[in-house]
Amino acid sequence: MSALLEVRAVGKSFRGLRAVHAASFDVAQGAIAGLIGPNGAGKTTIFNIVAGVFAPDAGEIQFAGRRIDGLRPDQVCAAGIGRTFQLVKPFAGLSVLDNVIVGALQRERGVPAARRFAQEILDKLGLAAKQALPASSLTLPDRKRLEIARALATRPRLLLLDEVMAGLRPTECDQLVEVFRGINRAEGLTILLIEHVMRAVMALAQDIVVLHHGEVIARGAPDRVVRDPAVLECYLGEETQV
Amino acid sequence: MSGRAVALLAALAAALVALPAVANSYVLSVATLILYLAFTGQAWNVMTGFAGQLSLGHSLYVGVAAYVAGGLFFHYGVGPWAGLWLAMLVCMLLGAAIGFLAFRFGISGVYFALLTIAFAEFTRIGFDHLAWTGGPGGMFLKVAQRDQIDLVHFRGPPAMYYYAMLACTAGAFALCAWLLRSRAGYYWQAIRENEEAAQALGINIFRWKMLAMILSSAMTAVAGVFFAFYYNNLFPEQIFNISRSIEIILGPIIGGVGTLFGPILGAAVLTVLSDAITELLAHYGWEIPGIKQVFYGLVLLAVIVFLPNGIWPVVARRLGVDR
Repeated sequence: MSALLEVRAVGKSFRGLRAVHAASFDVAQGAIAGLIGPNGAGKTTIFNIVAGVFAPDAGEIQFAGRRIDGLRPDQVCAAGIGRTFQLVKPFAGLSVLDNVIVGALQRERGVPAARRFAQEILDKLGLAAKQALPASSLTLPDRKRLEIARALATRPRLLLLDEVMAGLRPTECDQLVEVFRGINRAEGLTILLIEHVMRAVMALAQDIVVLHHGEVIARGAPDRVVRDPAVLECYLGEETQV
Repeated sequence: MSGRAVALLAALAAALVALPAVANSYVLSVATLILYLAFTGQAWNVMTGFAGQLSLGHSLYVGVAAYVAGGLFFHYGVGPWAGLWLAMLVCMLLGAAIGFLAFRFGISGVYFALLTIAFAEFTRIGFDHLAWTGGPGGMFLKVAQRDQIDLVHFRGPPAMYYYAMLACTAGAFALCAWLLRSRAGYYWQAIRENEEAAQALGINIFRWKMLAMILSSAMTAVAGVFFAFYYNNLFPEQIFNISRSIEIILGPIIGGVGTLFGPILGAAVLTVLSDAITELLAHYGWEIPGIKQVFYGLVLLAVIVFLPNGIWPVVARRLGVDR
């Protein structure tokens, strides 16, 4: 498997505060990878750099063999990266279906085709019955699903999921895990997820990158990473010896 | 659109087409004013209601277009049909310039609104010092025979102006109905609701905001040219005044921002209300200065407090045409 996304020595500071420093990792084509770390480790900053919200101060990002750092978010989306927001950002005044149609228009030629594709995706995520409701009326779990549906509608090759499991009940979390597994298996969609819910990370990710103080401190298979002393140290404190 | 909605729309269109046959000149002038406000309101709605960019300076486009077409007629006898294209072009360039400044440098929200006011204001002051347009003394277009229809110079009886504005309003309505169902409508509304999310879904927000701005200014330019040839006298102090901009946006706000019928319904309600208050006060002989404005303000307040989404959504539900 070749790498679809390559993050090379990326750095980013905000007014002297070093959010990400010399972070390097890659995500293989067709893989599901997890990005974990304590709060403030720089996970969302890396997402925002990949998604084009910020340009990195140092380093570069390759996607499908093409340099994408410094592109605008819409250009990154056009290149084939879909993303969700940690704090969901639905188009509150539009219907659930219209929200997803906006995403689907990225690749579909016209509104009728986009509507058909949007309905397929809503079906997949179990939102079909709520498609006519305004997005503002959805509960938080449904808003998270809508966030995912909208990103999927842009037909990404790589999907960036920013804490989509947070606030979900374990059964809802498991359902979503199944959805991602299904899409990953059926369509070969590559997924990079930031997640605190270890239940979801362990179930989904084949590869985990651990970030601490903006630096990659460990990476590898999930069962190996959770036993890594450096990881335990940053999560549980230095005294803990395993 | 449901069959019921189509039937109601057809009935409304038929009534509007038949109106000049039955209405007296007063009613016709009120109806023309309503259509004028409905049309400019619809133009404003494209930019603010659909794309979410609050403009408080649309009098700029009305005024500039009126002066471009009016000036060509006044100085060179060029009729409004040639002037219309030039006026639209000038207004589109103006809209593009303001949009470029604002969107390139990330000016949004109330700061964008202030920018639109600033442009309208300094254009007003600029025109006060422009000899070609008569400065503050105004420009007066020659009013010829009023009973003959002269389409080339857009001179004729009140019914001609009424039908011209009716055609504009109907055209704007059809255009906006089509836009809302197209890619542009979806993208504009997405930008209005959340720019960051819209951008993450691949929308080039700069390009689509510019498009909304340019289209809105071009549509408003049409109203400006009409204004020049309908009222025949142009004063910078009046035409660029911020109260004219407010007048344009009140209709859609009262009727329902971002809706197709809001600007039309709002313009009708406000104009009829304003005239009714005048009549009523005259009937009871109340002559307190400013009382009309106070009544007007109270009604606006009531609508905003009790119907924050405008009148149209409520009316639509009553008529059973809300999908």
